[in-house]
Amino acid sequence: MSALHTLLGLALAPLLLGVINRTKATIGGRIGQPLLQPYHDLVKLLRKGAVYSHTTTWVFRSGPLVGLAAVLIAFGLLPFAGAPALWSFPGDLVLLVYLLGVMRFVTVVAALDTGSSFEGMGASREVTFAALAEPAVLLGLAALARTTGTLSLSAMFAGVTTMAWIHAAPALALVAAAFVIVFLAENGRIPIDDPTTHLELTMIHEVMVLDHGGPDLAFILYGAALKLWLLGSLLVGVVVPVHTGRPWLDTMSAVVAMFVLAVATGLVESSMARLRLVHVPQLLVAAGVLATLALVLVLR
Amino acid sequence: MILALLLSPLIAGAFAYVLRPDGPRRMLLVATAVGHALLTGATWVHDPAPAWGGWLALDAMGQLILSITSGLFLACAVYAAGYLGREGHGTRTDIGEGFLFDNAPEATFTACLLFFLAAMTLVTVSQRFGLLWVAIEATTLVSAPLIYFHRHHRSLEATWKYLLICSVGIAIALLGNFFLAVAAAGGGTPLPLVVQDLVGGASGIDKTWLQAAMILFLVGYGTKMGLAPLHTWLPDAHSEAPSVVSALLSGALLNCAFLGILRVQQVCAAAGIAAFGQELLVGFGLLSMAVATVFIPGQSDYKRMLAYSSVEHMGVLALGVGVGGIGTFGALLHAVGHSATKAMLFLTAGNILTAYRSKSIREVRGVLRVLPVTGGLWMLGLFAITGSPPFGPFLSEFTILRAMLVQGHSAVALGFLAMLAVIFVGMAGIVLEMAQGEPGMDTADRPRREPLSAVMPAIALAVVVLVIGVYVPPPLRSALERAAHALD
Amino acid sequence: MTTAVDAILVGVILTSFVLLGSSRFGSCIRVVALQGVLLGVLTLAARQDEASLRTTLLALASTGLKGIAFPWLLARALRDAEVRREVEPLVGYGPSVLMGLMGLVGALWLASRLRPPGASVLPSLVVPVALFTMFAGLFLIVGRRQALMQVLGYLVMENGIYVFGVGVVQGTPVLVELGVLLDVFVGVFVMGIAMFHISREFDHIDTERLRALKDWTP
Repeated sequence: MSALHTLLGLALAPLLLGVINRTKATIGGRIGQPLLQPYHDLVKLLRKGAVYSHTTTWVFRSGPLVGLAAVLIAFGLLPFAGAPALWSFPGDLVLLVYLLGVMRFVTVVAALDTGSSFEGMGASREVTFAALAEPAVLLGLAALARTTGTLSLSAMFAGVTTMAWIHAAPALALVAAAFVIVFLAENGRIPIDDPTTHLELTMIHEVMVLDHGGPDLAFILYGAALKLWLLGSLLVGVVVPVHTGRPWLDTMSAVVAMFVLAVATGLVESSMARLRLVHVPQLLVAAGVLATLALVLVLR
Repeated sequence: MILALLLSPLIAGAFAYVLRPDGPRRMLLVATAVGHALLTGATWVHDPAPAWGGWLALDAMGQLILSITSGLFLACAVYAAGYLGREGHGTRTDIGEGFLFDNAPEATFTACLLFFLAAMTLVTVSQRFGLLWVAIEATTLVSAPLIYFHRHHRSLEATWKYLLICSVGIAIALLGNFFLAVAAAGGGTPLPLVVQDLVGGASGIDKTWLQAAMILFLVGYGTKMGLAPLHTWLPDAHSEAPSVVSALLSGALLNCAFLGILRVQQVCAAAGIAAFGQELLVGFGLLSMAVATVFIPGQSDYKRMLAYSSVEHMGVLALGVGVGGIGTFGALLHAVGHSATKAMLFLTAGNILTAYRSKSIREVRGVLRVLPVTGGLWMLGLFAITGSPPFGPFLSEFTILRAMLVQGHSAVALGFLAMLAVIFVGMAGIVLEMAQGEPGMDTADRPRREPLSAVMPAIALAVVVLVIGVYVPPPLRSALERAAHALD
Repeated sequence: MTTAVDAILVGVILTSFVLLGSSRFGSCIRVVALQGVLLGVLTLAARQDEASLRTTLLALASTGLKGIAFPWLLARALRDAEVRREVEPLVGYGPSVLMGLMGLVGALWLASRLRPPGASVLPSLVVPVALFTMFAGLFLIVGRRQALMQVLGYLVMENGIYVFGVGVVQGTPVLVELGVLLDVFVGVFVMGIAMFHISREFDHIDTERLRALKDWTP
C-alpha cells in the first residue's frame, strides 16, 4: 500500500501544477494550458541539451540532481491517506524537514555559484523566509506529535482521526492554518511569491533557477512538483481525518483532497495580490505564532 | 438620608447643565454645596440608616472622608462662584505663550462639579466593592472635563494623560476586585463583596488570592491616589486645571482613592494578613516622599510644586497606615489636615495666578505687598503643609513619627524626618521668595482689592487647620479612633 | 462544552495577536469589535448553568457595547479626526508579536501558580487568556503613539479583565457588571471626545508629540 502511495505521488505531482494553472486560467476567463502540460514540459526539457557557463563549477551542475534526490528520499518518509510511509522511525519528522532543507540548500548554493546578482538576491530572500518558515513547520509537527503521542510521522498522521479533532479542535485548526501559510510560502505561491512573474527583481524562487536549462531544469521542475505534493499531503493529512479502514477509499479521498487543495491554491492565487516583501516576514512570523499557540494549547 | 446625599448633587448637576442664565446657576452650585454640607453635618448627629439593601451605608471611615469632601466642596463652591463671575465669557490670551483660547462652557463646568460631588459621595457611602469601583471610575470620567476648562493644548495634554493613566490604573483595580471575589469564594460558599460580610467571614478567605488582590488594589487605586511611581499624571493635571479644580482633586479625590485602599486593608486585617499590606504601603509611602523630595526644590511652577507636595502627603498617609498602631490614627487625622491645607494653598495660588498672570515662580515676587491677605495665607499655608506647629499636619505627622519609633522602625523614621526637612527647605525657599521682595508689576496693574469670595473660603480652611492643630474636637477624635480601630 | 469555551478563548488570543501586528486603524477597530462579539458568545458559553435571563442580558449588553457601540464611537472619532494610518509605532510590529508570544508564555506560567480555590469545573484556559489579553492591551497602550491605539489598548485590557470575570467569578450581581460596562462605555465616550479635541488642537493624534508639560525646562 505504501509503495502504491509513493508511486501515485510521483506520478500525479506534476498534475497538481497543471490543475493550479488551469484553475487560474479559468478564473481569469482564459482557456489556459492543457492539464497535462507539465508532463509535456518535463519530456521536452529532458530531451534538450544544456549549456553551462564558464563561471560555474560542479556545484552548479550537481544542484538540481542532489535536490531531486533529497526530495525523492523525503517521499519515502511521507505517509499518505493514513497509511504508513515506505520507511518510518521515531523522529523521522526532523529528517523530513531537513531533507527539504538540503534541497533548498543545494538550490541556493547553485544559485550563488553563478555569481549573478539576481540569483544572489533571490537566494538571500529565500534563506531569510525559510528561516522563518521552518520553525513554523517544526512547531506544528511538534504539536501534532504531542496530540497523537508519537514521534513518527506515519503514526502521527494515522492518529489524526475525527476523535483527535473532537478532543483538540482548536490546536489542530491552528496547526492547519500554520501549514497553509507554510505551504504557500515554501512552494513560492501568491501571496509570498508570484510564480508567473517575469520581473527578476520581484522573484524569490524563480530567480534562483534562472540559469539552469535542459535536464537540470526538468529535475528542478519535477522536484518543485514533488515538494508541492509533499507539503500538500502534510496539510491534507491534518485537515482531512478520514480513516475508514478501507485502504482504497482512504486513498481515493486523499487524492481527491489533494486536488481540491490544488484548486483552492489556484483560487487564492487568482484572488490575492502578492504581499510587499516587508510584510512577508510578518506573515511567516504569524504562521510561527499560530504553530506555537497550537503547541502551547496541547502542552497544558 | 444617604440617598438624599447622593441624589441632590446629581439632580442639581442636571439642572445646572440646562439652566441658561449664569447667576442662578452659580447660586444653585453654592446652594447645593450648602445643602450637602448640612446633610453631612446631620449624619454626625444622627446616624443614617443603610440604604439599598446594605449596599450604601456610612461607617466611621466613610463618614470622615465624606465630611472632608463636603466641607471642601462648600469652600470651593463659594470660590468657584466668584471665579466664574470674574472669568466671564469670551476669548482670552494665554499668559505664558500668548495664544488665544476659550474656556469651556460654564454650564458644563458647573454640572461636572456637581456630578463630581455626587461621585465622591458615592465612593464614601458604598459598602460593596464593585460599587466602589464604579464610583471611583466615575470620578475620573467626570473630572476630566473639569481639567480641560481652559481649552488649550497644555491642558488637553494634561487631560489626556489623566484620563488614560487613571483609567488604566482603575482597570487594574477591577482585576483586583475579581481576585477578591475569587478569594472570597475560598471558604466554600462565596461571600458577597460587602465590606462587613468580608470582615465577618474573613477566616474563610483564601490568603494567596487576597494578597494578589491587595497588590492589584494598591497599584490600581494608588494610581488614582497619586502614589509614586504611578503619580505621573498628578503634576500636569494640577498645574493646568483651574485652581478650584486642583483644590478639589488634591483635597477630596485623593482621599477617596485612599478610602478604596483602606477598605481592602480592612479586609486584610480581618483575615490576619495585615502585615503584608502594611509593608507594601510603607514602601509606596517612602517612594512617594522620595519623589517629592527630588522634584520640589528647584521647581519652576508653583502649582506643580503644590502637586508634588500632594504626592508627598499621600506618601505620609500611606506610611501612617503602613506603620500601624497609633500611626493609623495619625494618618486619618493627617487626611483631614492635609485636605484643608492643600485646598487653602491651591485657592490662594489661584488668587496669585489671577493677579500676576504667571505660573512661573521667578516672575512672582512680593505677594505680601500686592495681595496682603493672600500673601499672608500663602505663608501660613507653607508652615502648615510642611508640618510646623501649631497647625494640624504637625500633630498628625508627629503621631505617625511616634508610631514609627514605638514600633522600632527607626530607619524609616529617620528617612521620614530627613525628607520632611528637605521638602521644608525647598518649599520655604520658593514660597518665601514669592511672598517677599519687590513686586515686578507697576502700581496700575495691581488689583485694587481682593474679592471676598476669593479669600473667605481660604481663610475658613486656614482656621480649620489651626483649630485641628491645637484641639481635636471629641466627635472627630472618636470618629478617628473608630476608623483606626477598623483597620487593626 | 469545554471545547467550545476553549475555541472561543483561542479566538480571543488570535484577535489580540492580530491587534499587536496590525497597522491600519480601520482593521484594528474591526478586530476589537470581533473580540467584543467573541466575549458576548463566551458569556453565554461559560455560564450555562446559571440563571439564563441574567446571563442573556449580560451577554447582549456586552456584545452590544463591545461589539457595536465602542467600534462605532471610535470609528466616528477616527473619521472626525481625519487620520489615515499608523506612523512608525514605538515598538515595531514584528517585535510586538514576539513580545505577545512571550506574554502568552508568561501568562500561562503565572496562571499555573494561581489556581482558583475550590475549582469545580473550570475552563483551564480562562486565567491565562485573561492575563494575556490584559498584557496585550497594556502593550498596545505603551507601545503605540496614536491616541486611538491607546484607547483600543484600554478596551482590550478591559476585555481581558472581563474574560477573567466571566470565566472565574460567580455570583457578581448583574447591576455591578452592568455598572462596569456603563463606566467603560462612558470612558470610551469621553476618550473619543478628547481624541477629537486633540486632533483639532494639534492636527494629529500622536501622543509622543505631546511634550509641553515637563519638570525640567532646558
